[in-house]
Amino acid sequence: MISLAGRDIMHAWGKFVFTGVGLGLLIGVTLSMAGIYRGMVDDGKVLLDNSGADLWVVQKDTLGPYAESSSIYEDTWRAVAGMRGVERVANVTYLTMQVRKGDRDVRAMVTGVTAGAPGTPGWPPYLVAGRQITRGHYEAVADIASGFSLGDRLRIRRNQYTVVGLTRRMVSSNGDPMVFIPLKDAQEAQFLKDNDAIHQQRRRTAANPAFNRPQVPGLLDAVIDSQSTNPYVNAILVQTASGHDDEEVAESIRRWQRLTVYTRSQMEEILLGKLIATSAKQIGMFLVILSIVSAAIVAFIIYTLTLGKIREIAVLKLIGTRNRTIAAMILQQAIALGAIGFVVGKITATLLMAPIFPKYVLLEPMDSVRGIIAVVVICVLSSIIAIRAALKVDPAEAIGG
Amino acid sequence: MTGKGILIEGLSKRYGSGDTAVDALKKVDMQVAPGEVVGLIGPSGSGKTTLLKALGAVIEPTSGRMTLGGEVIYDDRWLIKDLRALRRDKIGFVFQAPYLIPFLNVTDNVALLPMLAGIPNAEARQRATELFQALDVEHRAKAMPSQLSGGEQQRVAIARGLVNRPPVILADEPTAPLDSERALAVIRILNDMARKLETAIIVVTHDEKIIPTFKRIYHIRDGVTYEEAGEGVLL
Repeated sequence: MISLAGRDIMHAWGKFVFTGVGLGLLIGVTLSMAGIYRGMVDDGKVLLDNSGADLWVVQKDTLGPYAESSSIYEDTWRAVAGMRGVERVANVTYLTMQVRKGDRDVRAMVTGVTAGAPGTPGWPPYLVAGRQITRGHYEAVADIASGFSLGDRLRIRRNQYTVVGLTRRMVSSNGDPMVFIPLKDAQEAQFLKDNDAIHQQRRRTAANPAFNRPQVPGLLDAVIDSQSTNPYVNAILVQTASGHDDEEVAESIRRWQRLTVYTRSQMEEILLGKLIATSAKQIGMFLVILSIVSAAIVAFIIYTLTLGKIREIAVLKLIGTRNRTIAAMILQQAIALGAIGFVVGKITATLLMAPIFPKYVLLEPMDSVRGIIAVVVICVLSSIIAIRAALKVDPAEAIGG
Repeated sequence: MTGKGILIEGLSKRYGSGDTAVDALKKVDMQVAPGEVVGLIGPSGSGKTTLLKALGAVIEPTSGRMTLGGEVIYDDRWLIKDLRALRRDKIGFVFQAPYLIPFLNVTDNVALLPMLAGIPNAEARQRATELFQALDVEHRAKAMPSQLSGGEQQRVAIARGLVNRPPVILADEPTAPLDSERALAVIRILNDMARKLETAIIVVTHDEKIIPTFKRIYHIRDGVTYEEAGEGVLL
């Protein structure tokens, strides 16, 4: 039996291909949106993976350190390190800010890591170039997505840092590249004020009679000293010893240290369920809207193509063609249009959109499978209007009169 | 009349009901023997197209009796369940315009019908090729309809009407778009095919050029048919 759909497509292949390309660009945008969502989820997971932590100890009753601000005293780690089941601990600070290099700046998540060796929680687990931080101050390891190179001089607040190492896929949950610096520098950067602000603060403190008592020498200096140092970190990263259950160790820290502790799964839930939930809903809405627009376009195109063949359909029905043969012709054309659109869309999303998109676009094979299923379903549903129109054609129209 | 060919007795068709009812066909009696070509002539609104549609099993008459190819298909109601199969297997259509399927080549336009009837592709195409030889269009077998002249398209359309070897062919103004020479050629072909294939052919026409070619003519006026002997001159 002749493939009526195939012959019709081959007869007007130019129109069909151009229509498919147009639809493909729309499908490409839809796939890219799904890829952006996957990228956001992956960014969140990468952040957790790269921290090297099993537990996150944060300020009590906060969702820190990624979803909310969290401050705990920097010496708290000593108490946590002594808890049963704790293998290694490390303080960490996170600060999202503009990092300057020359006359340009890059939004980055500046991460303060404690001195130690590779494998210390918070440290970048691997480098693609250079070395880890070995000095106590003014060295940095940057993700290559920041655009920095080895030897570059960065400015974070008032201090200059030299890039000594480069990492890859070390990003915040927002996709900002990470810049690792020594913890002390990061603590200073979090609270460092400009000279005028420091001068003003000292003047106000000195003017406060409670701090500037003639009978208590050294009190004013002690108060000013305490104001110019930062004894806080955002979180303590904990690696649990093998053979210990993370939740049991976390519960022990919660009970005895009166701090909030999150396990890996809980932190993932915070990142994915709370931090990127709104973005995910927005992307979900875009996907729904784009799917509806795609369906409307396919329906319109197939309907228009069908209306252009009304006379031929009437002749086909008059000479005895079954309704199911005519319906199959329209359905096959709709699916072929969707297939062309999907191939173009996949190529567009993979080769054109993903590389130039500022956010990380992760195109997973299963998303492509879901995408092609969705395209087929949309095409089948979209062809219903055209099929109904074709089946209503009266064969008598071929005779005229 | 042997029962083959076409036999129509007291056929009527009423559109609407009550005060707005219109009797498009009041009393139509016709018979066409196998191998015979008759003309059906009438002014606009006389009921020609309605009669053709009723014969083509695309509208249901109101009353009467129709026999096609020896089988009673209508006797105050359809006696055939699958009218689509009836049209495919027993009735060939030739239209005023060829109405070839533009995305199928000439061979497939014709071979499609037997394929729809379940005949293997090779045999269907063989049938088409045989008809092309008879109709002198075999050299255009691979061409697309848009590449054919008007006369060639009409000959392909005739081949499509004949390819399932139906006992009946209904031709609706088949020569209207053609000049005298080509119009007469088409009528000659229809007569030849009618004789060869024992097909009964009704040609609805206004075309004065071909009216003298019919041996018998049915006039239709206000839904009633009248038979008249024709000249039967085929130049």
